[in-house]
Amino acid sequence: MTTKVLFEKTKVLTDVPFHYCPGCGHGIVHRLVAEVIEEMGLAPTTIGVAPVGCAVFAYDYFNVDMFEAAHGRAPAVATGIKRVQPDKCVFTYQGDGDLASIGTAEIVHAAHRGEKITTIFINNAIYGMTGGQMAPTTLVGQKTTTSPKGRDKDWSGSPIRVAEMLATIEGSAYIERCAVNSNANIIRTKKAIRKAFETQMAGKGFSLIEILSPCPTNWGQSPVEAMKWLEDNMIPYYPLGVMKEV
Amino acid sequence: MLQEIIFAGFGGQGVLLMGQILSLGALEQGNEVSWLPSYGPEMRGGTANCSVVISDTPIGSPLVLKPNAAVVMNQPSMEKFEDAITPGGVMLVNSSIIPLKAHREDITTHYVPCNAIAEELGNAKVANVVMLGAYIGATGAVSFDAVMAAIRAKFAGKKAALIEINEKALRAGMDAVK
Amino acid sequence: MAKKLMKGCEAIAEAAVQAGCRCYFGYPITPQTDIPEYLSARMPEVGGVFVQAESEIAAANMVYGAAGAGARVMTSSSSPGISLKQEALSTIAGAELPCVVLNVMRGGPGIGGIAPSQGDYYQATRGGGHGDYRQIVLAPASVQEAADIMYGSFALADKYRMIVMVLADGFIGQMMEPVDLPMGATPEVEKPWAATGWTPESDRPRAVINSLYIKEPDLTKLHERFAARYAEIEANEVRYEAYQLEDAEFVIYAYGTMARICKSAIAILANEGIKVGMVRPITLWPFPTKAVYEAAALDSVKSTLTVEISAGQMFDDVRIGVNGVKPTEFLGYAGSKIPTVDEIVAKIKSMKGVE
Repeated sequence: MTTKVLFEKTKVLTDVPFHYCPGCGHGIVHRLVAEVIEEMGLAPTTIGVAPVGCAVFAYDYFNVDMFEAAHGRAPAVATGIKRVQPDKCVFTYQGDGDLASIGTAEIVHAAHRGEKITTIFINNAIYGMTGGQMAPTTLVGQKTTTSPKGRDKDWSGSPIRVAEMLATIEGSAYIERCAVNSNANIIRTKKAIRKAFETQMAGKGFSLIEILSPCPTNWGQSPVEAMKWLEDNMIPYYPLGVMKEV
Repeated sequence: MLQEIIFAGFGGQGVLLMGQILSLGALEQGNEVSWLPSYGPEMRGGTANCSVVISDTPIGSPLVLKPNAAVVMNQPSMEKFEDAITPGGVMLVNSSIIPLKAHREDITTHYVPCNAIAEELGNAKVANVVMLGAYIGATGAVSFDAVMAAIRAKFAGKKAALIEINEKALRAGMDAVK
Repeated sequence: MAKKLMKGCEAIAEAAVQAGCRCYFGYPITPQTDIPEYLSARMPEVGGVFVQAESEIAAANMVYGAAGAGARVMTSSSSPGISLKQEALSTIAGAELPCVVLNVMRGGPGIGGIAPSQGDYYQATRGGGHGDYRQIVLAPASVQEAADIMYGSFALADKYRMIVMVLADGFIGQMMEPVDLPMGATPEVEKPWAATGWTPESDRPRAVINSLYIKEPDLTKLHERFAARYAEIEANEVRYEAYQLEDAEFVIYAYGTMARICKSAIAILANEGIKVGMVRPITLWPFPTKAVYEAAALDSVKSTLTVEISAGQMFDDVRIGVNGVKPTEFLGYAGSKIPTVDEIVAKIKSMKGVE
């Protein structure tokens, strides 16, 4: 009997089982990033930086040299790495608490300097690891453990649109927002991630892919409901598409 | 030998540079030397000063609180430092812009119209070097040749054209306290 | 080579370049801005990296990245900026990375002042950031010594995979003195742990530069490594200057520029027939505890005086060292008020019981 390999997991992920919740988007995005790195032949020269947040253990999953950064500082750490090893492929993987709250200065200035790094930014509109607190990306009216009556615009402001903001900065070279709520969008996300890494390796400047991603656990929904909630609530506020390409 | 000098004046009078040239000269003639500026907001348009210590032996405190010589380029500096000078010390006063006379009788005071002398030489900017000449003339702490070597080093390259006027200024300052 | 008259900050920066440092991340703050100014011009000349970061926080995290990637790297700042760097320094300590940090101390707390101070002794010698860790702390007392210490710091950091902090006061940074610059790169060590790109075929394990040890006993093991390393450093790296201790009636303990001011007082007292010696710690951690004790224990010594530009921080370590063998007295002020030569002379005289 002959056997045929129909699917093989990318070698750029280790065999360590993910700790993510059922229905979480992180697992999908990890695989997309790893597949792109493998397909582009970048694995031997790639150095990744993990955040503080749900993806804190990303250094156990990506099968390349990895750093774990202090909360929000991944773009600064990546700057240090890239500046001493300019021929390497350097990426950060960050959530919305890490990137859009405590690490806003670092991400804005990495873009501002035009650092030739790639950032994978997971926007799930909530703090996951600490158990569902309000994030800068939490939608108005969305209930979290620190906005129990729903986010109040007058009290806490309106959610921040990171991709649009960074696209205004001269040093950014490729910025796109994607989502992982459907097969079609997942395929688009992978293409965007590849484009971002190509931008980095061409030395064009800073690249970031913002990915809308479900968090069923902290949204208090089933995985299927979460996919729908993302489509109905997040995408209207956070439109998908290329924000910047040079 | 232990010379502890304070150079003081307005920012822009070349006070810090005066101290640096003297320090370089002292190094040139083989002494131990330290130069310590006042720094920070007071440098921006206010008064500036620096401490210079010249010695035959390793220098202890680089901070001078009781100088045996003070070079005062403006009135606030004279008011601030005259009383600090050790008995038997020397004060050099920029008499072009300071109308005061010293009240201390236990120090030697030289009045040097360094701005006027510099203008006579054709370059008002060398008033500080005139004063430096007066200082070495009055104290003999550093030789004329050593200070000239320092000036040559400081003005090497693009500024070499300024060496001649600075030499004249240094000599005129020495003559002013003869 | 003939000695050159150089400003402390510039001599320190050039010594770092001479030692093989090719990487600087920083942020302007008085009184050490001459360092980034100097290196912004110098690093490109030697093919090095200079980045003016958006904040002290970012600069120190860039140091973390560069150190983990195997570079000889430094940052510098002054007191309030050093506080901001502590997050990354704690991370660097936890990840066992080598780097060099210069603190040109000014008065605090808060924004404080910009005049020289020694108020950051506790912060430097007790870790600085959170967690139970040490860093090697070196305190120069002259521009020459500052250059020599900076030059040697990179090899020291590499050897122990630790932060070396050069703790200078504002005098050292701003002062000009003649310097003989050390030349030639100091020996580099292999860094097989650095993140430089990896495949399963590489002859080293995959690098994970990390300060997260969430599964016990990993964190306990880290601290066991620390303890062994710290013991080795305490045995091998203690440095101090013993000054005129023979027949001394009093011993002064002081470091940095304060020790220079004390030397001027010691000379005046010697002229009046009062013999005073001094122990000047050069390594503040590891602290020269034994030398401090031995000086105090000398038969000729009646009592000791610690002098600092602080409310008495090193004084704690001195008291541990002297351990009650002789009386310990203190002269110093918090902030930036500097004990003067006259005050030191008067204090010793009062300890002797003479006018």
